[in-house]
Amino acid sequence: MPDPLLEVRALDAGYGDFQALFGVSLAVAAGQVVAVIGANGAGKSTLLKSIAGVMPSRRDAVRFDGEPVGDLPAHRRVARGIALVPEGRRLFPSLSVEENLKIGGQLGRPGPWALARIYELFPVLAERRSQPATSLSGGQQQMVAIGRALMSNPKLLLCDEISLGLAPIVVREIYARLPAIVAEGLSLVIVEQDIVQALAAASQVYCLQEGRVALEGAAGALTREAIAAAYFGV
Amino acid sequence: MSVTAEATPGVKVAHATPSSRIGVALFVVVFVALAAAPYWGDRQSLRLLAEIFAYVALASLWNLLAGYAGLVSVGQQAYVGLGAYLLFALTMLLDLPPLAAIPLAGLIAAIAAVPVAALIFRLRGHYFAIGTWVVAEVFRLLAAQVSVLGGGSGISLPVGIITAIAPTRQWREFIVYWVALALVVMVLLVTVALLRSRYGLALTAIRDNELAARSNGIDVRRIKLAIYVGVAFGTAMIGALIFLQKIRISPDTAFSVNDWTAFVIFITVIGGIGRVEGPIIGTIVFFLLRQTLADLGSLYLLMLGAVAILVMLKAPKGIWGLIADRFGWQMFPLERRVIS
Amino acid sequence: MEWLNIILQGVLVGGLYAMFAAGLSLIFGVMRLVNIAHGDLIVLAAYVALVATDALGVNPLLSLVVVVPVMAALGYALQWLVLNRTLGDDLLPPLLVTFGLSVIIQNGLLELFTADSRKLQAGAIETASLHLGGGLAVGTLPLLQFVVAVAVIAALQALFYRTALGRAFRATSDDQSVAQLMGLDNRHVFALAMALSLAVVAIAGVFLAVRANFDPSIGPARLIFGFEAVIMGGLGSLWGTLAGGIILGVAQAIGAQLDPGWQLLAGHIAFLIVLALRPEGLFPKVQG
Repeated sequence: MPDPLLEVRALDAGYGDFQALFGVSLAVAAGQVVAVIGANGAGKSTLLKSIAGVMPSRRDAVRFDGEPVGDLPAHRRVARGIALVPEGRRLFPSLSVEENLKIGGQLGRPGPWALARIYELFPVLAERRSQPATSLSGGQQQMVAIGRALMSNPKLLLCDEISLGLAPIVVREIYARLPAIVAEGLSLVIVEQDIVQALAAASQVYCLQEGRVALEGAAGALTREAIAAAYFGV
Repeated sequence: MSVTAEATPGVKVAHATPSSRIGVALFVVVFVALAAAPYWGDRQSLRLLAEIFAYVALASLWNLLAGYAGLVSVGQQAYVGLGAYLLFALTMLLDLPPLAAIPLAGLIAAIAAVPVAALIFRLRGHYFAIGTWVVAEVFRLLAAQVSVLGGGSGISLPVGIITAIAPTRQWREFIVYWVALALVVMVLLVTVALLRSRYGLALTAIRDNELAARSNGIDVRRIKLAIYVGVAFGTAMIGALIFLQKIRISPDTAFSVNDWTAFVIFITVIGGIGRVEGPIIGTIVFFLLRQTLADLGSLYLLMLGAVAILVMLKAPKGIWGLIADRFGWQMFPLERRVIS
Repeated sequence: MEWLNIILQGVLVGGLYAMFAAGLSLIFGVMRLVNIAHGDLIVLAAYVALVATDALGVNPLLSLVVVVPVMAALGYALQWLVLNRTLGDDLLPPLLVTFGLSVIIQNGLLELFTADSRKLQAGAIETASLHLGGGLAVGTLPLLQFVVAVAVIAALQALFYRTALGRAFRATSDDQSVAQLMGLDNRHVFALAMALSLAVVAIAGVFLAVRANFDPSIGPARLIFGFEAVIMGGLGSLWGTLAGGIILGVAQAIGAQLDPGWQLLAGHIAFLIVLALRPEGLFPKVQG
């Protein structure tokens, strides 16, 4: 069996005196969609930030494509093929929609994703390409954020709470695009508070509770009771 | 200002620590020794000591402004020069006795500081700093226009004014020295008293997080204005004293960036910003360096600049900051401990 | 007619001031840093031009070919080795470090070149003038400098808004940590910005050297002129900086005409008036 694309081994992470993750382990195979769920403060965002390199970790705690990357800064991990759609979108206010997309492709990594294809995926963005990115609606901004991350032609896309603050219909619209995104073998890790969407989209699920993995398994195999127990820690 | 100081029954705030008790005792001993200096020191030493006092005072005031109130000014020479020129104007043009002219110069400078603050407080951060420099430049250029005080080339204080201080030269030297000592002690005491008070607490809050301080009801703008004006008052008096001793004034010397800002900043940075002890330590180091290296001229300044940069990058809390962090010492009773 | 000539001279000087300001404005825009040594770096560039002109025996204006790359490289190294370490929320470190730098540069130049006043000779172009009819005349050199200043600002605008590098600058200025997620190395972006700023400083320094006498101590005054131009023009706007520079130049020209001792004062007073009446500047760009 080939090495998983992403391997997180006994990851510890924290902010100053506060430890947020305790020995978290996780694996994502090539082409797989993995969901990480958990209550607020469980450590989901911290996990993604550690994988993306925004937060530092032990060299061996994160392995990508068979190599330890824990000591690489974030901008070097993008070059390796890890892209993060950050929590809260975090678009660049001084840049237009198209400029936000273009800067995602700054590194020029080869791959199928380019401006034309992003506009095909999210046609509404093409209409608004010259507008300041932050003048768009929440859902449209989320599309820009996802498109921006895709422009770096990643092998692994990390999505941090893309449903946050969006109306359910908009969330469904965005999730409907996910199959097109992973069609060519892109791996996905989605962090979600919306459990239904997460379970529908993913094949493997991890549930975090207070910084530890409380439950893991195939999406279809987990019972609602087991998930609730892991989520709330009862 | 809604920083309340209601007494909560059964709870007190203590300020002293073991090291601060030693510090205060030391301070008193040193003060007595210095006050008696005219009896054991020669003319050279008195002048040197007066210069040291002036720099400790200037640095303490700059420290209060920049290290506590967060108003980083590179233009305090504006008030040194203003105080000095006011001294010359009040004594030469209005016939006031020089010792009375010193506090009056401070007062007038403090009043002048108010409209200046109204203008430059519109600038933030780094731009505020350069704005203070522009103000100093304006003062310098204006001073050069005042021909009755020597215009661009400057003027000397008439002998009559100097002899009015005291009948003999020796006593004149003693009096000027004691005024210098009195000024620096006053600056230090006022600073310590301020920091011990609830305003001091407010200042620390402002320094740590201005937005949070404001949302806690602290009137940030008023405190900053008060500090700015107060520091102008002190700085002007010291400027007046310095040039009373120098006897000769000119726009370039009175408003010199090197003498009154560069050295002061280096002293405070090397000694330790944001701590009362910093300027004292920094001045001692500065004068030690000067005694040993001053012949090097511009090379000396260059080294000073390099040392300041190194300290800022490697030890941003300065010498006293390192000592205080390592040993927990304080020279003055400024800690706050709640005891019930 | 004489007044029109005076004002015209002021406008042309304004171009030079705008160049002093452009580098300052750029750095503040990208990394919120105000370089107190900026004026001294302009003077340093003038001395580099002096050395290059002497060594190569060329017209000082041609020494730009050497001075620009030298200053740009210096800017990159300075940012990478020293200034990157001062960036953060606290404003004391960059301010004090650049202040220390200012002292070092001034005194270093003093040691190397003494306090003697220098000036570079650009030849016939210095005295040539263009007659515009109706009694108006402009010096060819000042006109050239003004045109170059406008060209530099236009080039900077184009760079910022139409190139990938400009995008990188704007993105890093907006959000440093997300810029990293685009694959941008912040240290490198900041160093490039400083290199660019010092390239502009190099041009300004060469023009300064040819136009007027210079010595190691005139740096701070150039910083103040640049700063006044930026504030009057409005933070964040490069064209505003040109306007600010022109206002400063005209104010100084009018002041000088009234009384030679009032030249600098007139400029400062114009600045203080704008600060009092319109503190955000005349053409502020709303920072996103």
